[in-house]
Amino acid sequence: MSTHLDTVIGQPWKRPPFISNPILRWGLVIAFFAYLIAAYMTIDINWARVYAGLDRGAQFVLAFTSPDFTSRSSDIWGGLMESIIITVAASVVGILISIPIGLGAARNIAPLPVYLICRGIVAISRALQEIIVAILLVAIFGFGPLAGFLTLSFATIGFLSKLLAEDIESMDRVQVEAIRASGARWAQWVNYGVQPQVMPRLVGLSIYRLDINFRESAILGLVGAGGIGATLNTAFDRYEYDTAAAILILIIVIVMALEYISGIVRARVQ
Amino acid sequence: MPVTQHDDTTVWHRRTFKQTLAHSAMWLGGLAVFAYCWMQISNSTTWFFVWDAPRIAGDIWSRATPPKWEYITQLGRPIWDTLNIATLGTLISLCLAVPVAFLAAHNTTPSKLFIRPVALFIIVATRSINSLIWALLLIAIIGPGVFAGVVAIAIRSIGFCAKLLYEAIEEIDSVQVEAITATGASRWQVMAFGIVPQIMPAFAGIAVFRWDINIRESTVLGLVGAGGIGLQLSASLNVLAWPQVSLILLVILAAVVISEWVSAKVRGAII
Repeated sequence: MSTHLDTVIGQPWKRPPFISNPILRWGLVIAFFAYLIAAYMTIDINWARVYAGLDRGAQFVLAFTSPDFTSRSSDIWGGLMESIIITVAASVVGILISIPIGLGAARNIAPLPVYLICRGIVAISRALQEIIVAILLVAIFGFGPLAGFLTLSFATIGFLSKLLAEDIESMDRVQVEAIRASGARWAQWVNYGVQPQVMPRLVGLSIYRLDINFRESAILGLVGAGGIGATLNTAFDRYEYDTAAAILILIIVIVMALEYISGIVRARVQ
Repeated sequence: MPVTQHDDTTVWHRRTFKQTLAHSAMWLGGLAVFAYCWMQISNSTTWFFVWDAPRIAGDIWSRATPPKWEYITQLGRPIWDTLNIATLGTLISLCLAVPVAFLAAHNTTPSKLFIRPVALFIIVATRSINSLIWALLLIAIIGPGVFAGVVAIAIRSIGFCAKLLYEAIEEIDSVQVEAITATGASRWQVMAFGIVPQIMPAFAGIAVFRWDINIRESTVLGLVGAGGIGLQLSASLNVLAWPQVSLILLVILAAVVISEWVSAKVRGAII
């Protein structure tokens, strides 16, 4: 130790590097820059087109200062209502389905076969993006909000069941055992032993998912699954930036409101 | 405690009568809202198609299997593009998110009254609009292609990264910062030696986590014309080439699983 000190004393301090092995460190840096160059070479950016488009970009930014809520108000209103309806219905159904699946996907209360099936459902639901599910469901069920509703319900199951199962797995065993020792049936055991422990988090997560579902419902319209996305897409296609700006402002305001409400609710239940 | 007397025995209840009433009213209200929503959905649904759905699903399944494996030779370039969109988008967004996070964290912001609300608004606005919508917008502005996808992913990720990062900055240990300040360090030196080392693990974790999400999102950006494998997907869907569609979906699934595995490994190594 003292010899180490002797060599160090009198030298200015230098910050130790993040990765101590110099070969690995410089190798990573070189590989990173090589990748950046390779990536940049293969993306052919048409700067002339970008430059020509800047004008339109400026127009769009300016449109935010004068959003047009009125001239397409019935389309905007209809699309927004449909989005909200899809969101609410899908959240309710998704939450109801994800509770039993969440119970089944918790290793400490479910037998192994049930656990594997429920984990499988969760994995499938999480691996498929909403928009791809929406494309398939639109192909199967036809255009309209039903496809969007089913898509979001399916996505909610994966999200909520996984987090609920993790919460159940990390709960306090003592309370659960106390309920079981009083001679409770399985349903009573879940209702009085497990449910009070996970309820605050379940409520918080449900509201968070409602928020996500609304955001996702805004894009379902792009593939014909109902909601505000169709109106937004049309507005972009027709270069009606003031209408598009109005829709985007509405989405942002609703998301902000939902986040605010979810903050209040989560503070109250926890 | 809510108890009632039955003859001589006291019976415990979970809620008082008033609480039960309020509870039931809440459930009833929720049920009414759900019933209304379901009615609206049902009204705008062509039920004939829904009853016919099992047949259609079987039909699509029989067309989509087996996947057209030889088509994979044409997917190399789109996968490379998808990877580039996600990676470059994440890098650009991190560069933009770091200053926003420092402006938004209440212990590092230069002005709580003016600058912090602006930074918070940037975070909410970029986060609440989906990357597909950003892509749609950017395609109208800078033309279709991979570059629009990169920018869309970059903008969309700012809010997410900045939000997590500013929460990490707000949670730092102020003792270390004070110690650095006490040595006479300048504002930037305090930043570099007092704050940055404390948030570095969180930063790396956020970066990898967001990269994983961006891989997912960039696989579908092509649906609106912003490059990547989604472009192939939408082309195949448009000509109803179901064997190609199923192969592309399998490739996307593989990409998502691999990126999740990589991000879990890297986060495990860092934290």
